[in-house]
Amino acid sequence: MKISELASLEPFSCVQGEYEDGEITSGYTSDLLSDVMGNAEEGSVLITIQAHKNTVAVSSLAGVAAIVICNDRPVPEDMLAASAEEGIAVFQTSENQFNTSALIAQHIGGCPAA
Amino acid sequence: MSEEHKQPLQSSLRVQELIYGLRISEVMTSKVFAVSRNCTMRDVQTIMKNNSITGVPVVDSKRVVGIVTMNDLMNALEQGAMEQNVTRWMVGEVQTLAEDMPLSFAISAFGKFSFRQFPVVNKKNELTGILTFRNINHALIRELSRQLRQMEQQSEQPVEPASLNLSKVYQLHRYDFENGGKASSEIKKFLKERGVPPKLVRRVAVASYELEINLVAHSIGGMLGFDINENRVKISSHDRGPGIEDTEKALTQGYSTANEWIRSQGFGAGMGLPNVKRVSDEFAIESAVGMGTMVQSIIYLKSEKENENQ
Repeated sequence: MKISELASLEPFSCVQGEYEDGEITSGYTSDLLSDVMGNAEEGSVLITIQAHKNTVAVSSLAGVAAIVICNDRPVPEDMLAASAEEGIAVFQTSENQFNTSALIAQHIGGCPAA
Repeated sequence: MSEEHKQPLQSSLRVQELIYGLRISEVMTSKVFAVSRNCTMRDVQTIMKNNSITGVPVVDSKRVVGIVTMNDLMNALEQGAMEQNVTRWMVGEVQTLAEDMPLSFAISAFGKFSFRQFPVVNKKNELTGILTFRNINHALIRELSRQLRQMEQQSEQPVEPASLNLSKVYQLHRYDFENGGKASSEIKKFLKERGVPPKLVRRVAVASYELEINLVAHSIGGMLGFDINENRVKISSHDRGPGIEDTEKALTQGYSTANEWIRSQGFGAGMGLPNVKRVSDEFAIESAVGMGTMVQSIIYLKSEKENENQ
């Protein structure tokens, strides 16, 4: 699925829309930044509650293309500014990480283990 | 925070980084004058006078058991006790340095203790040298002139902008999460622009970012140096303390000493150093409590490229 298509998922809203649209091939769910750094794949979507500027730094270095902030955690201004600068899309959802991961996994062709 | 910390000149940071990275054994005086327990203060006086030195270690089968300094000598002289045994006047609890420690640890030790010299010992705890301020000054001057020569050469033959050559040092401050990550972003961009394969860029980014965050989250401040050429990326991290009690543990996944605040920033998962080690082709860590930590990570650029072509 494309990054832009994440916005059409319920109940997602795009909070940072300055990015170059592209295909998302995988996802990674974690709130530990070192874990994200070490394991998230290039071009993946990161599902997390870690709404912080550092999440953008890690995403950028790891090549994460989009971040989904779960549980409606507020996204601080400096995180939005940093992600706009890096061209990383940021979405917000009221769902938790489990449900969000399951939903996205369905759209990108299910989880690899299935 | 960012405004307060002005980055010093790159060339001076380079010199600092270079001397920090030297081993104590490369800088110390190896020809040491030592005395045994049964020597007298008079013997020490003769040694000091003849060799113009200010401190003489006392050894017992190569192990350092004390040190006699100019101060002790003067005390003995004042008391007319020059024929007495050194053991009566020496300082018994001596802080020694290990010869394979990086020089940065010695610099911390000079800052922490009031001693003017440190006996240096090998792995077997045997005396192999002595380190004074003078040694450090010499090393500093040596590196400065080397750096100057390099700068002169570079001004004669400027490095091509597209070439894969870079030496850069970043200074990092405690809890400055605001700027933690900047060095890694810059280096990532540098490598990407020069066509380094994404997989390698990512490994460099992981090592560099983790080390950067370690400096910010766990050290009282330090520096991160990059030395890049066609063959490899060398990243070295030096800090001034507090040092790691158990490096073995620090390299275990999930082990972390991070406080709540660091965790709230999304760090402290206990994966930092293990991540660095995993992505490195060569990895080394040296740490001493109260003196600092040095980590070096080398990632090969050449061999991987060749492998990918096969």
